[in-house]
Amino acid sequence: MKIILKNVNIINPEQGLKESKTNILLGNGKIVKIGELTSDDVKGEKKEFDLSGKYVVPGFFDMHVHLREPGREDEETVITGCQSAAQGGFTGLACMPNTEPAIDSAEVVSLIKKQAKDQLTDVFIIGAATLGRKGEIISPMAELRESGVVGFSDDGVAIKTASILKRAMEYSGMYNLPIIEHCEDETLAGGAMNEGINSTKLGLPPVPSVAEELIVGRDILMAEYTNGKIHIAHISTKKSVEMVRQAKKSGIKVTAEVTPHHFSLTDDYIKTYDTNYKMNPPLRTKADVDEVIKGLKDGTIDCIASDHAPHSPEEKEVEFEFAPNGIIGLETQIGLALTELYHKKVLSLEQIIEKMVINPRKILNIPVPKIQTGEIANLTILDPDEVWTVDLDNFKSKSRNSPFNKRLLTGRALGVINKGKIHFNGEYFSF
Amino acid sequence: MPLSNKHLLGLQGIPKEDIQLILDTTKTFREVLDRPIKKVPTLQGKTVVNLFFENSTRTRISFELAEKRLSADAVNFSVSTSSVSKGETFKDTIRNIEAMKVDMVVARHSAAGTPLFLTQICDASIINAGDGIHEHPTQALLDMYSIKEKLGKIEGLKVCIVGDIAHSRVALSNIYGLITMGAKVSVCGPSTMIPRYIQDLGVDVIYNIDEAIQENDVLNVLRIQLERKAREYFPSIREYAKFFGITEERLEKNGKDILILHPGPINRGVELSSSVADGLNQIILQQVTNGVAVRMAVLYLLGTMN
Repeated sequence: MKIILKNVNIINPEQGLKESKTNILLGNGKIVKIGELTSDDVKGEKKEFDLSGKYVVPGFFDMHVHLREPGREDEETVITGCQSAAQGGFTGLACMPNTEPAIDSAEVVSLIKKQAKDQLTDVFIIGAATLGRKGEIISPMAELRESGVVGFSDDGVAIKTASILKRAMEYSGMYNLPIIEHCEDETLAGGAMNEGINSTKLGLPPVPSVAEELIVGRDILMAEYTNGKIHIAHISTKKSVEMVRQAKKSGIKVTAEVTPHHFSLTDDYIKTYDTNYKMNPPLRTKADVDEVIKGLKDGTIDCIASDHAPHSPEEKEVEFEFAPNGIIGLETQIGLALTELYHKKVLSLEQIIEKMVINPRKILNIPVPKIQTGEIANLTILDPDEVWTVDLDNFKSKSRNSPFNKRLLTGRALGVINKGKIHFNGEYFSF
Repeated sequence: MPLSNKHLLGLQGIPKEDIQLILDTTKTFREVLDRPIKKVPTLQGKTVVNLFFENSTRTRISFELAEKRLSADAVNFSVSTSSVSKGETFKDTIRNIEAMKVDMVVARHSAAGTPLFLTQICDASIINAGDGIHEHPTQALLDMYSIKEKLGKIEGLKVCIVGDIAHSRVALSNIYGLITMGAKVSVCGPSTMIPRYIQDLGVDVIYNIDEAIQENDVLNVLRIQLERKAREYFPSIREYAKFFGITEERLEKNGKDILILHPGPINRGVELSSSVADGLNQIILQQVTNGVAVRMAVLYLLGTMN
């Protein structure tokens, strides 16, 4: 079957591509032609989409997702996570290794790959940096890489000690794979929210911003010393952003991502002890959010990633102090980025694409899809101007822990195309 | 004039008129407690559940007594939070209690915010009897009542809260209540026990206990909770007693009459020297009696709102 995308705008900054009001012909999972289509081109069985005013861009990529499989299939599975990703506009994601058991062996990698095989969204895997994420012995990184792992992390916690971090960076450095760090000093961790006037008012145990910054500092120094690649996951404080900015100026191989909640929410939202505002790192202050936005603008922060963290209602509907950290984000991420960054003129559409399509793949050494004749069609269809209301009831994710329910957003992914499959406005078919 | 809210979750944001009404009503009930028959029929037919997820014999007995003096049907429900699935226990318990058609719930919990959580899943009036390190409004109300009883007013007084401010629910409720009632509030204690941003609440921070004694009309001395984690926040009990303990010599040296409150039980030789504690026995016991009267006032005002 032929797929015809009519009257679309195409953008891919990676190729320096920017065209308006053109047509794309797809067939056999590939891009067959771009431009004027002849009657011969459109002959036969076909499906046409008029996409006037919409954009076709290379498929979005989320480099920080918790798929919960194996271990917590009641919260999310590889399949529901992929469906959530497709619904949210992502043709690729990288899943984190804090599963049960952790992704520290080729067996777990192949289990996840097997589950993901028939999904539209490509699943890339981050392996544990240490065995069982315990921070004691580095994981079999070479074997994990051989089985397809694209980076290493003990996400959920930072790599426990400087000596293990050094070893992990040296070892992963052989293969040019990044270490992705959840930056939090273990001895200062354990609080329920950011230390500040709000934690005092709410009587919640605080975690100070310096808990993150200590490890960001440690990791940057270690990256410089080992000449390894460090990626700071979910950066959230002013000082962390400043340190990364400085490190980049010194030529240290450091990259950083931020979550939509850390650029769109502050700890002022926790007033009612709603556990959907409990995450780690915690929501910070306005000064932190302002610096994060500045960091997005000036390129200090390379990517936007969701830290999609599904939790069951039983786990989340409890006392704030006892609730687990994290929220789901795959299906609100593009909307939040467009609403908070594109429409507020922080980032251009090209810059959004850099941070949500190109840079995450580059950090993980994954080729960026091209929009060009003969290439595999790996695309996201975007309407940056559609106004819509988030409705958790329509989510494809198995979990519902999001603070963004009923929020009005401007901009949405209408559909995704990958591996000869299309998911467009609730319709799902192969071509 | 009724209270403006059917729950008492804390003193943050509670209007002055409400606090005044509670304190005035307390006075009436305080008199009831001096009668030979200390019981009134005010809450006859109302059911109150004392829902304690954390051990607290004193507060629970004080509430229970207040409920009985008002002729309410009081039920005690103590649940341990140390069981594995803390959250499930809490929500399931609330559902059970809701099904029992109770009018009021007095809740004590080790986690902040649980009284608010209760209001969202249960129709009864909720009274916070202490939530984590957040608030303990009836304790602050009884402290304020005791101050007023001794000094005739609250407005314009200088009150210093001494001790572990960071891990105290009593401190926060006192700060909110006293500021609302027009007192000038400060806190004094080791810096590790003072929240980093406490000044944003409009209180001064003092690290010198002599200065605290000199500059204030009232000291509200908190119990150092030696059995809790708080113990890790200062080097030794000896050092605490030496630099923050209130002794007779200190009081004499500063040569002034100062009202000292303590929510009890006292760690003798730690926050108060034994002789100071002995001298205070009378007011500390009065605080306990006032506690029953304050809780009667709160139960009465909330229980008769509709």
